[in-house]
Amino acid sequence: MSEELKSGSRLEKILRSGKFAVTGECGPPRGADPEVIHKKCSLLKDKADAFNITDNQTSVVRMSSISSAVIMMQQGLEPVMQMVCRDRNRIAIQSDILGGAALGIKNMLCLSGDHQKFGDHPQAKNVFDLDSIQLINTVKTMRDDGKFLSGEDIKGAPKLFIGAAENPFADPFEIRAPRLGKKVAAGVDFIQTQCIFNLSKFELWMKQVVDMGLHEKVFILGGVTPFKSFGMARYMANNVPGMDVPDELLQRMKNTPKEKQAEEGITIAVETIKKLQEIKGIAGVHIMAIEWEEKVGELADKAGLLPRPVL
Amino acid sequence: MVIGERKPFDEIMKMLEGLQKISVMGCGGCVTVCLTGGQDEVRVLSSQIRMARDKEGNPIEIIEKTLERQCDPEYVELAAPVAPDVEAVLSMACGVGVQFMAERYKDLPIYPALNTTFVGGSKKEGYYVERCQTCGACKLYYTGGICPIARCSKSLLNGPCGGSTNGKCEIDPEVDCAWQLILDRLKSLNQMDRYSEIMPINDWRTNRDGGPRKMIREDFQR
Ligand code: SF4
Ligand code: SF4
Repeated sequence: MSEELKSGSRLEKILRSGKFAVTGECGPPRGADPEVIHKKCSLLKDKADAFNITDNQTSVVRMSSISSAVIMMQQGLEPVMQMVCRDRNRIAIQSDILGGAALGIKNMLCLSGDHQKFGDHPQAKNVFDLDSIQLINTVKTMRDDGKFLSGEDIKGAPKLFIGAAENPFADPFEIRAPRLGKKVAAGVDFIQTQCIFNLSKFELWMKQVVDMGLHEKVFILGGVTPFKSFGMARYMANNVPGMDVPDELLQRMKNTPKEKQAEEGITIAVETIKKLQEIKGIAGVHIMAIEWEEKVGELADKAGLLPRPVL
Repeated sequence: MVIGERKPFDEIMKMLEGLQKISVMGCGGCVTVCLTGGQDEVRVLSSQIRMARDKEGNPIEIIEKTLERQCDPEYVELAAPVAPDVEAVLSMACGVGVQFMAERYKDLPIYPALNTTFVGGSKKEGYYVERCQTCGACKLYYTGGICPIARCSKSLLNGPCGGSTNGKCEIDPEVDCAWQLILDRLKSLNQMDRYSEIMPINDWRTNRDGGPRKMIREDFQR
């Protein structure tokens, strides 16, 4: 893959240097108190190379992704600003991209966004002026061509490392690799996948990705989520659209005594990371420890991913 | 056709508060076909209203009438004999009909008895589904004849989101994922190449976003 830096972000440098990257996640608070982010940051610092800041995830109102990202940078961590297409039209999107870049944000993740039905404001009007693939292309056009969607010149193009998500477990399966191909054609630099529990299906997808040569054009980070408990595993299996949790994993969690379930969840995640490291085309992992930030360090450590390389 | 659904009875009664003489006006177009605003429904709603008012000891006089179409001035004109005799018209047409009536009868309040819900068709009797959002730039050539704007919950133009599961949409296991349908059909039509092309960012000016729309056949404007 090219070694020319597009954004100069830490995440980009790690990936382009061929090192196995680790990203984490940090959900902004449901309030205006920056302390919550400070606290999460102190748990996450040095445990990964960069951290996604979610954008009103599951359509529940939270502190904005841009401002949370800035607070994170003040704590010395590198954010990946998530942006969904649900809440902004192309005018707001381009404006926020400029603002984010001006504030020093260097990584951005382009998402369609969960439907507002899932959140706390199901009455809201949604936007979806663009879809995630068009959003990727928008950032790329702004960065590489220095142009707005209108075709007009940007004075001071935003230098962002462009990410997107892909869910190999959503349907229809056979277009999931071609869909990644579309994201690559649109200009994506890195991909974080949906949480991987069904490794054999994931491997099948990766094989298609490698056969299409996509792994040479985009950095792919496999998504890993540790189960906190059997209850959480069951919830993810049954209630989260596009999530594939095989029965054997559910059984394994179920058969573990309650007080040991968290530990077992970490063990499963460590095993997953180790297997991912062996899959051709995998450039890193994306650890999504949902409201369980204190475990990211332990998980990364047990998987042999610490200390993170110093640049 | 335009699909409409009858408003809740209480809401209708609220609009009629204080009125003694009205006309309940049906429409012989789409809302007759979808069984919500035709002659039969005018009769049923009128007697429901009369009964409710009688029960309150506050009777109301209702002139029942159904026009061929309320979205056409030629037919709207036919309500002229009724108009001077009533305090308001409760229109059972879609929102277009209500407005065409209001434009013609300037001093007469015209109230909607229906919620105009969508542009769709009937799968079978009494079962209606949305199919088009009148975006003004039809994309069905690219999408196997299935509308991504009206039928994908996020109006995505470049394929299914990560929530598509077993052919169903993430918002509801009862709702088909439009992109599953599109891809199935593109495959069976041997048109999968139309999926691999990135569909460019849409120009929404032809949609409602460009302001109220009109369509003029110049050859008819004499
Ligand atoms: S693409 Fe536009 S015009 Fe065509 S069916 Fe869908 S909404 Fe209607
Ligand atoms: S599941 Fe399918 S129909 Fe529903 S939002 Fe996603 S792509 Fe659209």
